[in-house]
Amino acid sequence: MDATVSTRITFVPPRDGWFTRLFDSKGFLVAVCMLPTLGLLVVFLTYPLGLGVWLSLTNATIGHAGTYIGLANFVSLAGDPVFWMSVTNTIFYTATATIGKFALGLWLALLLNQHFPFKAFIRAIILLPWIVPTVLSAIAWWWIYDPQFSIISYVLVNVLHVRSSYIDFLGTPWHARWSLVAANIWRGIPFVAITLLAGLQTISPSLYEAALLDGASPWQRFRRITVPLLMPILAVVLTLSVLFTFSDFQLVYAITRGGPFNTTHLMATLAFQRAIPGSELGEGAAIAVAMIPFLVAATLLSFFGLGRRKWMQGEAND
Amino acid sequence: MTEVTRRGSLILGATALGATAVPLIGARGQGAAPAAGPADVPTKDVKPPDFPIEKGAQLHVIRPAKFIDPDQVYWDINTKKFTEATGVPVKVDYISWEDLGPQTAVIANTGAGADIVIGFSSTPFIYESKLIGMSDLCEYLGAKYGGWYDLALIYGQKWKTKDWIAMPIGGGTGPTVYRESWVKQAGFDHIPSDLDGFLKLCQGLKKINHPCGFSLGHALGDANGFAEWALWSHGASLVDENGKVTLDSPPTIEALKYVAELYKTMIPGTMSWNDSGNNKAWASGEIGLTFNGVSIYYVIKNSPDPKLQAIAADTNMVAVPQGVAKRSPMSAAILNGMVFKHTKYPNAAKEYLRFMMESPQYGPWLSNCIGYWCQPLKAYAQMKFWTSDPKLDPYKGAMDTIYYDGYAGPVTAASSAVVANYTVVDMFASVAAGAATPEAAAKQAQKQAERYYKT
Repeated sequence: MDATVSTRITFVPPRDGWFTRLFDSKGFLVAVCMLPTLGLLVVFLTYPLGLGVWLSLTNATIGHAGTYIGLANFVSLAGDPVFWMSVTNTIFYTATATIGKFALGLWLALLLNQHFPFKAFIRAIILLPWIVPTVLSAIAWWWIYDPQFSIISYVLVNVLHVRSSYIDFLGTPWHARWSLVAANIWRGIPFVAITLLAGLQTISPSLYEAALLDGASPWQRFRRITVPLLMPILAVVLTLSVLFTFSDFQLVYAITRGGPFNTTHLMATLAFQRAIPGSELGEGAAIAVAMIPFLVAATLLSFFGLGRRKWMQGEAND
Repeated sequence: MTEVTRRGSLILGATALGATAVPLIGARGQGAAPAAGPADVPTKDVKPPDFPIEKGAQLHVIRPAKFIDPDQVYWDINTKKFTEATGVPVKVDYISWEDLGPQTAVIANTGAGADIVIGFSSTPFIYESKLIGMSDLCEYLGAKYGGWYDLALIYGQKWKTKDWIAMPIGGGTGPTVYRESWVKQAGFDHIPSDLDGFLKLCQGLKKINHPCGFSLGHALGDANGFAEWALWSHGASLVDENGKVTLDSPPTIEALKYVAELYKTMIPGTMSWNDSGNNKAWASGEIGLTFNGVSIYYVIKNSPDPKLQAIAADTNMVAVPQGVAKRSPMSAAILNGMVFKHTKYPNAAKEYLRFMMESPQYGPWLSNCIGYWCQPLKAYAQMKFWTSDPKLDPYKGAMDTIYYDGYAGPVTAASSAVVANYTVVDMFASVAAGAATPEAAAKQAQKQAERYYKT
């Protein structure tokens, strides 16, 4: 502020080279870091999905490339009773299996949340049905459901003598459907149980203590503390479980291949049967593409519906 | 197009029971195995066609995986003999039956991969335009070895012509397999060839608690085989000679009503049987009658378990009931050899196929496969091993039939699609289960089959 001459030397840094500026720029870094992930997504997700949608619009077969035919595949599927049977089968299968898995999985998670001997060991072996390759467990269930050699029938008929004839698990439509749902529930419980257990562990025990002091019954504690605080993780698990169950293939294919007379065909197994052994790639792709609206609807429903802030934070928080 | 065709899967079904336990040496049971060789194959003196082998030739062959060890062992032995005789190295890949179709498609579409593909039944007809003609080779073999059977002509020649596009190598079929003592107990001294008699026999077997069993579930081999027998023995068929679907017709309704009655005599649970269902039930003595390939017999005959050997001794086979058909209404799964146009060594390829079909090579392969594969050339029916065990007799004529998937129309991808999608099987199953009336089921099956045949 006075009239003295400034003798300070001001340091002016040299201008960065273009290379340095490039790697300093935010936009470029973002692009470069995203590239590997994007590449993987494009190659393994977008391209197959796009190819599948394209195939559904052609009349490609296993032997020949096929030409564009617009929505003709979908039109012919709309008039195919076997296709609609597979749609209703898939919806039924997903709905009942999901309800079963969540009811039993939540119960199991609540049990595992307690303290008891060998807790860690039991939590580990609970995962076995989920870890065992599906095809192997499917074959085991196939034996359990065998009309002549079922262990369940053997016990009921030859050991306990409560029945006189072996159970026909898979030979009639509704028996087969429920048998498959049971096998799917058995296989899916661990995933739901372990994930919900993780959610339960994040709920502070002090909340339960406070409720206990206020005289809340076990049901009230469950309804008012456990359920709201479990909602976020429930939404995620529900979404994943519905997605997996809806697109289930291995269990049904290995046990019944869609029989008897298409009454256990899911959309995935029907798509495979039409496309590969039946060699109609276009039609099989169309059935697979027809699954997309259902999957998107299920995802949106469970993710946004269950993830509502009110449910997440408690009723007072609007 | 299906690689795992009906009859092939009848045989495949017994893998669950350890088919690889079958030993390598030839036919068992009646003492020492007769040595199979050119001596028991009547051969005419015919000049072989000239296939001058290209210089530097090498061949890549793909064929279905072995079902029993001798199949692969003797194929490899014969291939080695070819390489020693001609100096052409040959690589043979044994592909799983269900992968064969897609692999063939890739080879056909990319024009690379294998020179020779030994596929199943109708595969050559899907790639007809991409194959080289085999007329010179097949006419020579037919002249030398007593002629080709009817089924070989159907699967080798272009529809309604004499041009060969593929060379059938062998076929497997599934006749009636029954327990002799139980059939006697039911009051019959032989299996009736008329449909009423056959139904009465099955009702009798059910009364004595040894029911019959035929798969009506999604069993690629057994269920399609049974359904097609039901159609053909009633004079019905999937299509007529022009390829027009004829499922919605009176003979089909008759067949549906018949199977509904027959289903009442079957063991419970057949709607959930896959291809191994009847094999399992047979080996445990649960059923007294079924249709199956020879595997069902050999697996139990060669087992060390005395209970299984007793079942084997009581097991006998006979051609399926003829019904109103003029010839045995049973088809066979065919090993069909084809050579692609894109091969660099067509002469070497044809020479290889010729070599493998000549009696010093084909004879030992056939006899050591003890009836799994049946010959397409009539001379090989004279081989001694066929008579060494009289029970093998029904398998000897596997290719002596005019019936095939898609009878009576041309062999195309459409007939394979009908088989792979179980259209005819589901028609019978829905009526047998009471889920549809015969008329409604026939109409629905007609509509579905027409979708495959319209292109």
